[in-house]
Amino acid sequence: MKGKVWKYGKDVNTDVILPGRYLDSYEPDYLASHALEDLDPSFSKEVRQGDIVVAETNFGCGSSREQAASCLRYCGVQAVVAKSFARLFYRNAINQGIAVIECPECVDAMSKGDEVELDISSGTINNLTTGQTIEFKPLPEFVMEIINSGGLVEHLKKKLKK
Amino acid sequence: MGYTIAEKILKRASGAEGVEQGDIVNAKVDVAMSHDNAALVSKVFGELGVAKVWDANRIVIPIDHRVPANNIKTAEGHKKIREFARAQGIKHFYDVKEGVCHQIMPEFGHVVPGELIVGTDSHTTTYGALGAFSTGIGATEMAGVWATGELWLKVPETYKITLTGQLQDNVYSKDVILHIAGDLTAEGANYKAIEYYGPALDAMSVGARMTITNMSMEMGAKAAIAPPDGKVFDYLKGRTDKEYEPVYTDHNARYEKELEYDVSQIGPKAACPHAVDNVKNVEEVVGTQINQAVLGSCTNGRIEDLKAGVEMLKGRKIHDDVRLIVAPASRQVYLDAMEQGIIQKFVSAGGLIINPGCGPCLGAHEGILAAGENCIASTNRNFQGRMGSTEAGIYLASPATVIASAVKGEITDPREVA
Repeated sequence: MKGKVWKYGKDVNTDVILPGRYLDSYEPDYLASHALEDLDPSFSKEVRQGDIVVAETNFGCGSSREQAASCLRYCGVQAVVAKSFARLFYRNAINQGIAVIECPECVDAMSKGDEVELDISSGTINNLTTGQTIEFKPLPEFVMEIINSGGLVEHLKKKLKK
Repeated sequence: MGYTIAEKILKRASGAEGVEQGDIVNAKVDVAMSHDNAALVSKVFGELGVAKVWDANRIVIPIDHRVPANNIKTAEGHKKIREFARAQGIKHFYDVKEGVCHQIMPEFGHVVPGELIVGTDSHTTTYGALGAFSTGIGATEMAGVWATGELWLKVPETYKITLTGQLQDNVYSKDVILHIAGDLTAEGANYKAIEYYGPALDAMSVGARMTITNMSMEMGAKAAIAPPDGKVFDYLKGRTDKEYEPVYTDHNARYEKELEYDVSQIGPKAACPHAVDNVKNVEEVVGTQINQAVLGSCTNGRIEDLKAGVEMLKGRKIHDDVRLIVAPASRQVYLDAMEQGIIQKFVSAGGLIINPGCGPCLGAHEGILAAGENCIASTNRNFQGRMGSTEAGIYLASPATVIASAVKGEITDPREVA
């Protein structure tokens, strides 16, 4: 999947990903329109299907609010690549079907606006802008199952049917 | 090799013969808590195609984040939760009158030592003060818990933090946890369990310990646990008739890190804008003008916190340029505060009492900040924009520092007042 890189710093917290004042609704369009609003007002307007969010350490620290992950999903974000994640965001993103890739080298090899091609099953990022290819450790199998199902809801539906 | 408390609880909950750090276990949940986001959980639950929740007696739903409803969207959400709770026969449903989830969970006896508790709130780590393994999860996976009673969890590595020494006057457990957060940083305990020990911890009330386990989350901790002692058993008396088995660490348990803090060396602290680990000694920020002061929340809204705050008034008035907002953490705390004359004193001094709830802490309502304003709060997060404008500053401190500052109109060292 190809997409553009949106790059941010460390400790990007859940309050700037989706501010508490918008937690009164779960409507996809509403959440998507306010994603990262307090950090980067241009994000929700310009983000495209397949883009990836790249950040330094401790991405998603703070609240358990799942809307911090779902708002990115509703914007079309396919993956978040960071040097490290806060655990609640990490779980929430997987459950929303977003790939979460913990890879410091990958972060350093991507700049804002780069065009990249991401293959989560083989664990490669091809930076089309710089021509560099970086490998990362693929996610555990059971996590890939959830992501490939499109999130935990679809995954559980399949499982509960069995 | 022996086990830590965290490992023992996960071992029991998963039915595994042995667990190792890093193992992923499928654990049976003892109690599942959701607040206003139960509206989202119930929506997702509906999509799963399961008719009934796994155990209506093990689900606790307190509505506390925007209470009473601040707008129509919220009101619709609350209505859905009430309908769901009724339809599913959720026994432990607490409507908007009762208070903040992390206060009423222990108050109503839903937290006992040795259990595995999950909640759709990051500060679910609070219950570790009573010896439980408790952690925050997302709404979608909570829907899975409601359907199956189970959840995957990674067995975390554990840090052991020992608190020695005796607290100085006007210094509280809030100052201790702010000091630790400043030292370890906002990601210093990411994915880890923290176990707290030591004579200074033993000397603290259960409520003071809850402040520490609550804010351990701000270092990324998955769980924060204190070994249950006589104070915990006394607290539980009359609150629950559940049988429980306290869990303690083995003498040869493996800790990834062992840290020690002498609390007698810790003075009043403030986490400064815009990060919880941007912690300074209060002396360094003394004189910073404030516009609002908030006393309350799951971190510091208990009766002992209101008492520590009211004692700082010493018969004085709140500064004319400061809006003091006091939110008792629960209806019970509110009642106790009335009986003890605390509410009377705050109102006489010019404070605003608001209903028990989370409102101002997360910037939902009841105390939003304008650009250029500063707030000092006994709450747990000071992220940019959390209480309103992204151009406002939030300082986190103990109840005593909050009230000392509210009186003076600027950040004040509570030791200077006393």
